Amino acid sequence: MTAPAAAPPLDVDRVRQDFPILSERVRGKPLVYLDNAATSQKPRAVIDAVSRFYATENANVHRGVHYLSERATVAYDEVRARVARFLNAPSPETIVFTRGTTEAINLVAQSWARGTLRPGDEILVTGMEHHSNLVPWQLVAAQTGAVVRAVPITDAGELDLRAFDGLLTDRTRLLAAVHVSNALGTINPVRWMVSRAHERGIVTLIDGAQSVPHLPVDVQAIGCDFFAFSGHKVFGPTGVGALYGRAELLEGMPPWQGGGDMIESVTLEHSTWARPPARFEAGTPMIAEVIGLGAALDYVETIGHAPIGTWEEELLAYATERFRGLDGVRLVGTAREKASVLSFLVEGVHPHDVGAVLDDDGIAIRAGHHCAQPVMRRLGIPATARASFAFYNTRDEVDALVRGVERVRRVFA
Amino acid sequence: MSGMSELYQNVILEHNRSPRNYRAMPDASHTAQGDNPLCGDQVTVWVRLAGDRIDDVSFQGAGCAISKASASLMTGAVKGKTRAEADVLFERFHRLITGGLAADERETLGKLAVFSGVSEFPVRVKCASLAWHALKSALNGRSA
Repeated sequence: MTAPAAAPPLDVDRVRQDFPILSERVRGKPLVYLDNAATSQKPRAVIDAVSRFYATENANVHRGVHYLSERATVAYDEVRARVARFLNAPSPETIVFTRGTTEAINLVAQSWARGTLRPGDEILVTGMEHHSNLVPWQLVAAQTGAVVRAVPITDAGELDLRAFDGLLTDRTRLLAAVHVSNALGTINPVRWMVSRAHERGIVTLIDGAQSVPHLPVDVQAIGCDFFAFSGHKVFGPTGVGALYGRAELLEGMPPWQGGGDMIESVTLEHSTWARPPARFEAGTPMIAEVIGLGAALDYVETIGHAPIGTWEEELLAYATERFRGLDGVRLVGTAREKASVLSFLVEGVHPHDVGAVLDDDGIAIRAGHHCAQPVMRRLGIPATARASFAFYNTRDEVDALVRGVERVRRVFA
Repeated sequence: MSGMSELYQNVILEHNRSPRNYRAMPDASHTAQGDNPLCGDQVTVWVRLAGDRIDDVSFQGAGCAISKASASLMTGAVKGKTRAEADVLFERFHRLITGGLAADERETLGKLAVFSGVSEFPVRVKCASLAWHALKSALNGRSA
């Protein structure tokens, strides 16, 4: 993505003041938080929205006739419309609230795929999926007799698009692909992939957990049938996310969990289902978290996707350049289109030890397989260290990371 | 000393660089593999028993400095010991890395005491005990 030249630059120092945790010290050092792909920090606006809800507005939704319940219901449903606008979905009714990306994908697997797939049908994923967009398909494959296939990846961490074309067959019923790889940062050409799949009438799901925090997402432009993301990675609370589903598909899907709020009428023998999205939201939802998610999306749009994109690209380019100058350090994932994720290896040092030494300097990174074991296996490595940047990170923090990695090299020399 | 340098004591760094008894053992009487699914660390431990005594012990695997050094020091510590003596060592070692070992007991652990810093880093307890768990399942489990 490129920002229009007219986009005003991001005032990082100003933005950092919106995030209380960024002033914390850990292990006696100022916190350098570079684990944003695991979860992002929360601006004051989100923290306040959640506590304000509990302090002054708390009530259940879609149930009461009393004042607070009505207000909570309106606020909850307003966020549904807010999410729809954020993703450019055609209507609020195409947005189902879930606990997160994982639950959204499991919903599609158990509601749509389980009743649709036949023995021998194929589900096509990619070799760079997070386990959350792989294991639900393995489960439903075992239930239906369908088969999971995967688009291979190159040494640079890009999809092998020629192989992709060959893997779309007459048996393929679903393409479930990650938009941005959490382990490598690769941005996949999902719009093109979706259109190739649609030429064959294949239903498509995009895992947007890592794209929504970094890129403007337009589900109608991508053209996908389903799109899933998590609130906590886009500066909102944990425990909330959303599934976008094309209206015709959602209409035809059975419930996957039963309970309150998802019914039309219930007798002791039989129930009929509410229309989507209520059909897929059984039980009291995560109301405060949904309110917080709305505040997070407001916050992101106030800062602006264009300045965020420009600044994150600059940070990634700067970090990449500094890392290329380090002896004994190898970058893992060098796709041409990348989000601000830097996976790396320090020669002779296990990523956990890299993470432990950096932690001693107050620097938070992720070390491990990033819930993407097939990626690690494909690249022949057990794990990586991963720094992932958000728009509130600074060049000084990149410098601190580089100094930390130099210290790792000294400790383990 | 900060927590980090307490964790990575020189003995640990040295055993990480040059692990002892790092080899497969074709004539082992017992073997087992240990996996840490959270981080992907993996270790295989081989033992050759002579009666009740650990005549030889070796390991191979992939893991962090803590897990590798712990496996290396473990092989040195249990070689020549009886199974019961090895059990006692593991029990004490486990209390050491979880912060439950008294200072006077610590002296009985010899070189293994360098892992005391692990108790400050609860997520690393699994790294330090991986090879010990594998040793225990080897001794309690199937013969090689």
